[in-house]
Amino acid sequence: MKTYLIRASVFFVGIASAQLIFAASPTLDKIKSSGAVTMGVRESSIPMSYTTGDSRFDGYHVEICRMILGDIKDKLALSTLRINYQPVTSQNRVPLVQNGTVDIECGTTTNNLARSKDVGFANTLYVEEVRIAVKANSGINSISQLAGKKVATTTGTTSVQLLRKHEKANGVNFDEVFGKDHADSFLLLESGRADAFVMDGSILAGNIANAKNPKDFKIVGEVLSTEPIAIMVRKDDPEFKAAVNAAIAKIVANGKMPGLWNKWFLAPIPPKNIVVGLDLSPATKNAWANLNDKPAEDYQKK
Amino acid sequence: MALDLGVFCKSTLDGELVDHCFSAVFGLGQNADPSYLDWLLKAWGWTLAVAGLGLTIALILGAVMGTLRTLPNHGPFSRLLVRFSTAWVELFRNIPILVQVFLWYHVIPAFVVPLKALPSYWLVSIALGFFTSARIAEQVRAGIQALPSGQRMAATALGLTTAQSYRFIILPMALRIVIPPLTSESMNLIKNSSVAFAVSVPELTLFAMQAQEETSHGVEIYLAVTFLYALSAFVVNRVMAMIETKTRIPGFIAASNDAVVH
Repeated sequence: MKTYLIRASVFFVGIASAQLIFAASPTLDKIKSSGAVTMGVRESSIPMSYTTGDSRFDGYHVEICRMILGDIKDKLALSTLRINYQPVTSQNRVPLVQNGTVDIECGTTTNNLARSKDVGFANTLYVEEVRIAVKANSGINSISQLAGKKVATTTGTTSVQLLRKHEKANGVNFDEVFGKDHADSFLLLESGRADAFVMDGSILAGNIANAKNPKDFKIVGEVLSTEPIAIMVRKDDPEFKAAVNAAIAKIVANGKMPGLWNKWFLAPIPPKNIVVGLDLSPATKNAWANLNDKPAEDYQKK
Repeated sequence: MALDLGVFCKSTLDGELVDHCFSAVFGLGQNADPSYLDWLLKAWGWTLAVAGLGLTIALILGAVMGTLRTLPNHGPFSRLLVRFSTAWVELFRNIPILVQVFLWYHVIPAFVVPLKALPSYWLVSIALGFFTSARIAEQVRAGIQALPSGQRMAATALGLTTAQSYRFIILPMALRIVIPPLTSESMNLIKNSSVAFAVSVPELTLFAMQAQEETSHGVEIYLAVTFLYALSAFVVNRVMAMIETKTRIPGFIAASNDAVVH
């Protein structure tokens, strides 16, 4: 009986892995035939996904993606898998995944309903909290103190809409200034053109850690929004998404996540050995414990 | 693929359809949430404002600098003016426009503190105006130098001063000659105004980048923005063509081939 069970399970695992290899997954087929995969990365989303110079890329999501791709390489029985890094921006990341230029995007993309019409999202491993960064000596402690002040945010991010909604709901008026990327938005805060920078907590922490004088800035106020940040894959390729999720489940089951968090958020990171200093939030811990690909809309209902 | 133009009637706050597409701009819906169409028109207004302001600066400075570059050699002061205008042209046409915009927004206000108080669209207009003025100056210079040298000599022989000969003889003809290239420059300026998004002017390009992110309808958004850019540039083209016709002097330059014969 026991041997029968073992045989049966071997048989079924065999079917499952055979399906992974031979299922009609355009991405997996492409990876298998070309021996290469294109990972979409960000240039300056410290510590999630950023360049360490010389067109090398690293970060929390990038390292997780390398683990995932390593797992997929083993599943496809490839001896080597070349990873091509393709920098993407807030504007082009969805189209580039849609048209197949990028196979797996490991940046800082919010999983929301609007985007999930165009792309697929792997299970969430990082839950972002939108916060406010201000100059430490500004005396601003809450979003209510920002009425009439200049508030910077980055073009092409969900924070712009979030600010608008907040203005409408509370009858306040911000003077919004838009940076073309996060570094630019932070420069607006640093140079005094803006009194606050509203953005994802990790991006704020990363930019502050990278500033000339990190002590001049602080993250204050309530959590404005909670959003799942997820790895993005093509929508029409559920087999590839399943393979990615299986790899994620394996990484989480092996207990690798706390170590990854410490490495990227609490310890010095390359290239300048800065410390981001963002503690593990209960929301992220919860996402690891209950792997899911719920969109941001589901988080807001809570 | 099917276009979903309904996206423009959606509220910019919650993505739901609003009662009137033009709810905010024309006040059709009382206290209604602004729709993406409202936002698009506002963004178009910003593009036109930045381009219009930039064009005014560019035409005035361009005409002045182009004229100065052709001054006859009458002593050290005129030589100084020629050198200054040449330096102006070389400085502003040798630096990419986006870099100039950043210089005016981030770098120069760090040294000239009062500039910090200027709103960003002014700084962009100055950057665009100065950049385009260098190009217009070259065209004005080319127009002046295209005139037969006898014109200038005749003016001098009539006893006109340098300023008078420019005012009454040279510039009226040279500026007519350069209307076609000025048309191109004016249209270019409208298109170049898209760099203003980089310094937080909420114009069409910024609208396109933000709205396509919020709505996931990039194709419709970019089509609308493309259409408005093309329309603006085309209107400039028609206005300039009208100016060209209205100011045409019968028998002068390309207006009639007979003129060449006489």
